[in-house]
Amino acid sequence: MMPLTNPLLLVVILINFFTLGSARLVACIRIVAFQGALLAMLPLTTHGITGHAVLLAIGAFSFKGVLIPWLLIRAIREVRIRREVEPLIGFVPTLILGALTTAGAFLFSDFLPLVAEHHGGLYVPTALATMFAGFLLLITRRKAITQVLGYLMLENGIFIIGVLLSEAMPLMVEAGVLLDLLVGIFVMGIVMNQINREFTSIGTQRLSDLKE
Amino acid sequence: MLELLILSPLAAAALSLVFPWYQLRSWLLPLSSGLHLALSIVLVSGSFPAGGAWVGLDALSRLVLVVTSLLFFGCAIYAVGYLDLRRDRGNKVMVPCLLAFLSFMTLAIAARHLGLLWMAVEATTICSAPLIYFNRNRLSIEATWKYLLLCSVGIALAMLGMLFIAYAALGGGAPVSLQFDSLLATATSLSKPWLHAGFVFLLVGFGTKMGLAPLHTWKPDAYGEAPGLVGALLAGGLTSVAFLGILRGVQLMTAAGDGAMARQSLLWMGILSLLLAAVFMVRQPDIKRLLAYSSVEHMGLLAIGVGIGGLATFGAMLHLINNALTKGGLFLAAGNIQRAYSSKRLSEVRGAIVGLPISGTLFLAGFLAITGSPPFGPFLSEFTILRGIFANHQMVVGVLVLLSLATVFIGMGATVLAATQGESGPKNDNFRDRPLLYLPPLMFMLLILLLGVYIPEPLQKALSQAAALLEVHP
Amino acid sequence: MIGGLFLHLALLLLFAPLLLGIITKTKALFGGRIGAPLLQSYFDLARLWRKGFVFSRTTTWVFLAGPVVGLVVPLLAALLIPFGALPAPVSFEGDLILFVYLFGLSRFFTALAALDTGSSFEGMGAVREVTFSCLAEPTVLFSLLVLARLSDGLSLNTLLGSHLLTAWQSEAGASLSLILVCLFVVLLVENSRIPFDDPNTHLELTMIHEVMVLDHSGPALAMILYGAALKMMVLSALLVKLALPWQTGWWLGDVGLFLAGQIGVAVLIGVIESSMARLRLPRVPQVLIGTSLLSIFALVLVLR
Repeated sequence: MMPLTNPLLLVVILINFFTLGSARLVACIRIVAFQGALLAMLPLTTHGITGHAVLLAIGAFSFKGVLIPWLLIRAIREVRIRREVEPLIGFVPTLILGALTTAGAFLFSDFLPLVAEHHGGLYVPTALATMFAGFLLLITRRKAITQVLGYLMLENGIFIIGVLLSEAMPLMVEAGVLLDLLVGIFVMGIVMNQINREFTSIGTQRLSDLKE
Repeated sequence: MLELLILSPLAAAALSLVFPWYQLRSWLLPLSSGLHLALSIVLVSGSFPAGGAWVGLDALSRLVLVVTSLLFFGCAIYAVGYLDLRRDRGNKVMVPCLLAFLSFMTLAIAARHLGLLWMAVEATTICSAPLIYFNRNRLSIEATWKYLLLCSVGIALAMLGMLFIAYAALGGGAPVSLQFDSLLATATSLSKPWLHAGFVFLLVGFGTKMGLAPLHTWKPDAYGEAPGLVGALLAGGLTSVAFLGILRGVQLMTAAGDGAMARQSLLWMGILSLLLAAVFMVRQPDIKRLLAYSSVEHMGLLAIGVGIGGLATFGAMLHLINNALTKGGLFLAAGNIQRAYSSKRLSEVRGAIVGLPISGTLFLAGFLAITGSPPFGPFLSEFTILRGIFANHQMVVGVLVLLSLATVFIGMGATVLAATQGESGPKNDNFRDRPLLYLPPLMFMLLILLLGVYIPEPLQKALSQAAALLEVHP
Repeated sequence: MIGGLFLHLALLLLFAPLLLGIITKTKALFGGRIGAPLLQSYFDLARLWRKGFVFSRTTTWVFLAGPVVGLVVPLLAALLIPFGALPAPVSFEGDLILFVYLFGLSRFFTALAALDTGSSFEGMGAVREVTFSCLAEPTVLFSLLVLARLSDGLSLNTLLGSHLLTAWQSEAGASLSLILVCLFVVLLVENSRIPFDDPNTHLELTMIHEVMVLDHSGPALAMILYGAALKMMVLSALLVKLALPWQTGWWLGDVGLFLAGQIGVAVLIGVIESSMARLRLPRVPQVLIGTSLLSIFALVLVLR
């Protein structure tokens, strides 16, 4: 099953780039959903068809690939926002930063004291690169929805490491984690809606009244 | 038994969703939390089995459990009176969220599996977000958004830290598991670099939730905009739970023989919190934000206490109780003052003792208690921490702590005295002190007073046991 | 050697205009039309060639040099690149640099010819063309570096040698697929296809490449059109070799495979042109920087 893993992880990295460089929110949500769906296949390609892997794949697919994107798309349909305008840092600089952090992730993971079978693999660098990309989105974008997407990508990156350590995460915990993520996004969607109602925009730059 | 403790508030939350009667729904809070308190006391005092692989109680969690339960019980009584006043807002969201919050806090306290602990802590974030948004205005939205996003991201990092710890087990050839007892048993064979990275991420993650500087930025906003009782629960309960998460990391590091590094990082974060909080508390015109920074300060003290070790750890355990109860009393009293003056800023809040005799007095007493004045409990615990620091010959730390405590006293005093003394400002005449709204903070303050004068033998023993868990075992 | 040379040139000269016909046909089919016959571009070339030259009095010899260089460069470049399994007739160490910059030379002369007319529209087109190809250049170079890393030589013949087949099956397959995508984007940019430029547009303001050749007519325009077709075939030869690294062992089979690949690329371009809208001008540099980053990433993957 291993041969499928590397292309899968590469596509995950490409999706990071796409999300960093795209201004269209619906496209971003779809592509992050696709990333989640791809990652849901990762337990299968890593561990083969075992009960744990199959259940985890199904759970992750339905939560990350279907339910959460559906919630987000519904949320932005209600607030009628289509594009990310004026990010704090432009799209091209974020793309370049994303490429730098990705290259950094690859170089850095060569120095990490990984166990032998993970050396030279794509798991750890991809996980790091995805987390960095998520952080970049969180930091550089103004729209609440893109920040949520950044959070999702951060979770996706962590998920990759979680797949390597599936013995440590019993199904019950994995299910709880996914459920937390779903409910969290649901609550964030509601808050986003309220932000829009109060400020007639979901730009978080308006959220600056509370300060010293 | 423990399962009942965790699930009963959740069941009550479900029940509250179907109850059509407003008043009864409110009363569900004290009923359920009263049961919770009774059960916890039975569980803690009795010699029940410590629990299985998933949930269980050790000396540390017993301590946090009782404190949280007690605090929640007080807040639940207060909530009945508060929700009666806020009929415009309704309690259909507040009551279930509060009960679910209690349930997940209990789960987090009792969790013996790091994954379960993570899940429960993240669930508390989600449950408490609607509570912060209770007032539904622009400011509370902003506070909720910051709280939700920052804490979620922070907790995600804690997850990463846990996975690193699991990786440490993989790298060290130990059985890969996040079950805490099995991790402790195999701690010496964990791969060091991964364990250290894991601890740092745990510290960052739970530190965000706990509000240690420099990860505290959401705290003044969230505490300032949330209703007083939610502030009390967050500052007294949730922070203790998050601190427990960090302490789990310290326990693991100590068992692996790297306790010194864990303590060092806690110590520095604690000092930073203390100093930053002190700076922001001077000339703070908002009484609730003031309390929020005071919370940052006391989280710093807890971290310093554990960071120093020895006697200071004992002090920190005692301080955990004192801080939770005092913060509870302070936030509830501040909530009353805010309702009476329709403001929480010094420009409107003046002479609260004249305008609102009981709550104003309680607020003043709470201020004296939290800044460590005798004869209240925090004096004793802060003094113990300081003694621990000096006994350890950490002069620089000791002087820094003393200096910031003095700054805090002056800064907080200026604001609190201005708010309570003198002529009363223009006040909302409909609002008077009512028993449901002043009895809980009064109860907290009396308990604090009691703890300042006399520490009962069982408590003393429980504290020593909790502190002993964090020390090096030969 | 000589036979190979003639085969190379014959293939190039005969089949290049057919590719344009295939693209047009594909687009017509997508649009539900029958469309112009496949050989239309040959007829166009013949018709243009029979006309006379018309030169503006303000132009100089540079104006004619543009089309001529544009026709000669692809011919020279074709000698450096293998057509499928047919090895390149001319090959030496480092010829990949010559290959890349030969096209730079032709671009230089096309831009000069455009500026020579003194029209502001043509100047605008020249600016855009030069900007975009300058942004596309890193992608090409990094992609070639990836190939150079995978082979043990610096000539296009070894870069695109028989080791590609094994490389695809190894770890490097991912990098190869990445640079395949990058090079395809470069092909679209260099040949002024949708979504970067629209070869059929009639509004000067939105043109990039076409506006530069507005003032040419007759045989000069024929040279430009023929040169463009040749350029497309030469560049897509790179892609075809990358994507179809098999060898049949019989020269006619190799030719068939190569031509099938070329036709496949043409159809793909037609499909893309029918299904995508043109990008806004500010987005084009973003996409090109994106492909540069991708090719760098591919390089990082093979370097580690």
